[in-house]
Amino acid sequence: MTDVVRTGFRPSRIAIYGVLLLACLVYLIPLIIMLITSFKTPMDIRTGNLLALPTDWTVMGWTKAWSEACTGVQCEGVRGFFWNSFKMTVPAVLISTLLGAFNGYVLSKWKFKGSDLMFGMLLFGCFVPFQVVLLPMAATLGKLGLANTTAGLVLVHVIYGVAFTTLFFRNYYVAVPDALVKAARLDGAGFFTIFFRILLPLSTPIFMVSLIWQFTQIWNDFLFGVVFASGDSQPITVALNNLVNTSTGVKEYNVDMAAAMIAALPTLVVYIVAGKYFIRGLTAGSVKG
Amino acid sequence: MEHIQRRPTGVARASSGLMDGLQRWLPKLVVAPTFILIGIGIYGYMLWTGVLSFTNSSFLPSYDFVGLAQYAKLMESERWLVASRNLAIFGGLFIGICLLIGVVLAIFLDQRIRQEGAIRTIYLYPMALSMIVTGTVWRWILNPSLGLEKLMHDWGWTSFSFDWLVDSDFAIYTIVMAAVWQASGFVMALFLAGLRGVDSSIMRAARVDGASLPVIYWKIILPSLRPVFFSSVMVLAHIAIKSFDLVMAMTSGGPGYSTDLPAVFMYAHTFTRGQMGLGSASAMLMLGAILALLVPYLYSELREKRHD
Repeated sequence: MTDVVRTGFRPSRIAIYGVLLLACLVYLIPLIIMLITSFKTPMDIRTGNLLALPTDWTVMGWTKAWSEACTGVQCEGVRGFFWNSFKMTVPAVLISTLLGAFNGYVLSKWKFKGSDLMFGMLLFGCFVPFQVVLLPMAATLGKLGLANTTAGLVLVHVIYGVAFTTLFFRNYYVAVPDALVKAARLDGAGFFTIFFRILLPLSTPIFMVSLIWQFTQIWNDFLFGVVFASGDSQPITVALNNLVNTSTGVKEYNVDMAAAMIAALPTLVVYIVAGKYFIRGLTAGSVKG
Repeated sequence: MEHIQRRPTGVARASSGLMDGLQRWLPKLVVAPTFILIGIGIYGYMLWTGVLSFTNSSFLPSYDFVGLAQYAKLMESERWLVASRNLAIFGGLFIGICLLIGVVLAIFLDQRIRQEGAIRTIYLYPMALSMIVTGTVWRWILNPSLGLEKLMHDWGWTSFSFDWLVDSDFAIYTIVMAAVWQASGFVMALFLAGLRGVDSSIMRAARVDGASLPVIYWKIILPSLRPVFFSSVMVLAHIAIKSFDLVMAMTSGGPGYSTDLPAVFMYAHTFTRGQMGLGSASAMLMLGAILALLVPYLYSELREKRHD
């Protein structure tokens, strides 16, 4: 072991640390620029440069982005859209995760004729480019009276998220010994008893993975938001894009950056608090999906 | 069949039979809603879009079939050609650079680095951001007058000029930059996980034989990570083909339509230009591109599993 631990001589170690730290800077600089620009005055932005600190720090950009900036025709800031995103994300995340948990349970522990086919269909569903379903879905939402509503967006996110959540839970439950379930069945435990008494207590990590993955995906979604929502029901990503592309008056980059920060904060906070589960979701979704 | 033999006699039979039946149907009942949602929402709609691609639908869906006319029109469309060429440029560079950066960072991070966890967190946080946020920031950084150019001027490099964002020949490369910034940390994470799975005795044996570290990585360790390599390419290609948000936020497809990607083309034609037939045809070609990648990938995955 010792000769492996003693990795090479010092110059190569310094070079490795140098590269790694340089990469840290490259990844961090856009966030730093976003932050310092959001606290500058428009005047400051024109006279200073990207990395110059604000001469006088101001939250003007933030308050304007929150409640006054124009996102298309209306000028009420991103406040309403921020709450729209919450109203859309929370139910969609909960419903898709619950459905995924039960589906995963059935597809791993209660296999039936055709369950493998269904699993294959779900797996493939994770890869389908959404462009191929947009138009029929828009027509359907219109027929159901759900066009341009938050409820419609929740439905859409549940449908196209459940393939991923099922995959998470199925792959997790496959690793739980079948003997546990069989023993419980011999003792007369039914479908739901086994789930709630045996599998659920083991499932905290995978619930975290699924909740966090779905939260990030749905909060960050733009395609469904821009196609299926308009005006008052738009999520924050669509509002941000509108704000940035609104070309009336002088461009205020501090407002743009503050709005971008507002849109980014929820997922960033989740990432900082529970990054471990986010990374597990990413790798599970890609390696196995 | 077992439950029939074990079935008790008398009055208990009826109720227990009912319970058994329920128990047998319950799993199917539980997955039924998902099955229906997926069946309609993915497979049914895919078929529906396929049907629309053979019609002359414009602002509203119509069912006047025109055969392959929309596909022919697509092939002749200058804008579609630009979008396809852009996808080749964007996809190729995006996948190549992400892999390169991801592999290098993963190998370096695997050298018993202090604060590895913190560094990893920094590399990966862009994946938690919306592409719209990423696009907004990079659009500001690459702003032709106030962005990077001004920074370089202030730092004394007065002849520096950088206006790729508004140059129709180069704008697509600015999208590549932002996309690489966002996704390369993810590739790093995949490869790091792969490296952690490599048996360290292989490494030791090779060192005893006198092989240098770069040779060990190049000749032994990286080839053993082939599965990680394939799944990374798969995920990155998937991101590239579906790329939409980033282009919308950074250039909206412009200048002109010089940064159009198929996903942007599809959106523009289907939802703003009232050419649903053409838009559907482009969506079907996107599906075809994904299938062309997915089928060989899944095939090789399954074959490998059988060999194990």
